[in-house]
Amino acid sequence: MPQKRGKPSYAKKDAVWGYLFVLPAMILIAVWIIYPMIFAFRLSFMNFKYLTPEKARYVGFANYIRAFSDDTFKKALTNTFKYSLIVVPVQTIISLLLALVCNSRIKGKTFFKVAYYIPSITSALAVGTMFKFLFNQQGIINRFLSNFGFHSVSWFEDPSYALPLCMIMAIWSSVGGGMILFLAGLQDIPSSVIEAAQVDGANGFQRFLKIILPLLRPTIFFAVVTGIIGTLQVFDQAYIVSRGSGGPLDSTMTVVLYIYNKGFRTTNANMGYPSALAFLLFAIIFTLTLIQKKFFDKGAESY
Amino acid sequence: MKIYKKIIMHLILALGAFIMVLPFLWMITTSLKPLKLTYDSPYIFPKSFEFSNYITAWKSADFLSFYKNSIFVSICITLGTVVLSAMAAYPFARLNFTGKNFWFYAFLGTMMIPFYVEVIPLYKIIEKIGWLDTRRALIIPRLFSPFGIFLLRQYFLTIPKELDEAAEIDGASKFYTFWKIILPLSKPALASLTIFSFIFGWNDFLWPLLVTTRPEYTTVQVGISNFSGKYGTLWPYLMAGTVTSIVPVIIIFLLGQKQFIEGLTVGGIKE
Repeated sequence: MPQKRGKPSYAKKDAVWGYLFVLPAMILIAVWIIYPMIFAFRLSFMNFKYLTPEKARYVGFANYIRAFSDDTFKKALTNTFKYSLIVVPVQTIISLLLALVCNSRIKGKTFFKVAYYIPSITSALAVGTMFKFLFNQQGIINRFLSNFGFHSVSWFEDPSYALPLCMIMAIWSSVGGGMILFLAGLQDIPSSVIEAAQVDGANGFQRFLKIILPLLRPTIFFAVVTGIIGTLQVFDQAYIVSRGSGGPLDSTMTVVLYIYNKGFRTTNANMGYPSALAFLLFAIIFTLTLIQKKFFDKGAESY
Repeated sequence: MKIYKKIIMHLILALGAFIMVLPFLWMITTSLKPLKLTYDSPYIFPKSFEFSNYITAWKSADFLSFYKNSIFVSICITLGTVVLSAMAAYPFARLNFTGKNFWFYAFLGTMMIPFYVEVIPLYKIIEKIGWLDTRRALIIPRLFSPFGIFLLRQYFLTIPKELDEAAEIDGASKFYTFWKIILPLSKPALASLTIFSFIFGWNDFLWPLLVTTRPEYTTVQVGISNFSGKYGTLWPYLMAGTVTSIVPVIIIFLLGQKQFIEGLTVGGIKE
């Protein structure tokens, strides 16, 4: 059935203007996002040596299969998951608690918001440099701990501490952003709902568990999903801590750092392999996001 | 009981704020220490004021040139992102045309494509067109921001439609409406996108690390990274360099923190 349009001339005008306005963005997407994406996908099925591009040939799934027997990649994947598994819950819980405290009637709210947020706008490079100095062999943390009889540790050179320190850096620099997100979520909860619960005699903890938490569900979902997506792509922290090598003993090797190493730090690298690794990580992140969406949607139905 | 609770809450927040600020304070204090006393008597607030550390750091690594590059690149990224995002956001918020929803979701969908997936081909493209070691390479591939488009579209939607309808009855063109009505009314959202893009441009690390190798195109972030590789143990100098690397971002954030914090929460969840 032909659609009736009230003012066809307007609709046409809208279309012309609409595409005209969107065109620059479309060109940028096509050139800098879609084309590289397709290029990367093709590369991932190729043996493409950097210095001998003329010898490039398709190798099917060989690059993907290679990943499964690559011990460094497995190590990088394990590190990245460990990192994500600890950073996301800890940063979410701390940000939520800070937001709850900050949302009550307290003085200097703006000051706290700004103070907590400043680490989030500070570059990972600067954060890395600060923490390297704090946790230096002769640094202030070791000095402090020596008061309690601990031996000084060279934290960033020790394979068992380097990754946890990356986690601490990430948590330290991200709780402020999470706090602001949760504050916005808390402010959307009508105060009448909370007052009603108060009248019914619910104590603070019950109100939190039965009212605030369920109503914050979309915000928590958003924080967890973006947290997982962000942490699985960790690069800057690991780079600064290890100067790009992923050391000591690959303990700070993350997937993106490994992609970088395989793509740009190996002479005459096969660019197909890191491309395949990138798509593997993308597939993992994509699947995890879908699973979480299912999980959260299901939970929402029961209310 | 109530006052007791209040004091505890303030204490928790103050302790947290102290943990947040301590590394910065420690960095500033160290940057002002004489080199010989790097590890001497750990005082938190600066006692010595060796400003010459800053001069030494800036001279030994050409921070002036890093700074110029970063400022130029960040300003270009900011202007480009804001203009292009506003242009793309306007039709998505206001006009009706076939394919509108498709394109909007296509734009949003690109948020899911991580940068590291494209980074190898992007590098190859930049190399092929001869843009390695140019400022263009640092700017042009970074102008498209689905976040910016989404943020501005959400804001444009809150502006009453009657305003543009009235203008249209008076014979205003779409461009006029966009320029003279929508944009002036969207200052808070434009301000938050401006701050956001500037900070993004300033802090970007992986991309400048890849596409620039010559010192005259090095940005502050890559400069600091190289500097710490070379002078890693000369902490007061390294700290002086690092302090100067974060000053612009902190100033811009403090100037616009209200808009920035509000802007961050508009785009996120209230779909």
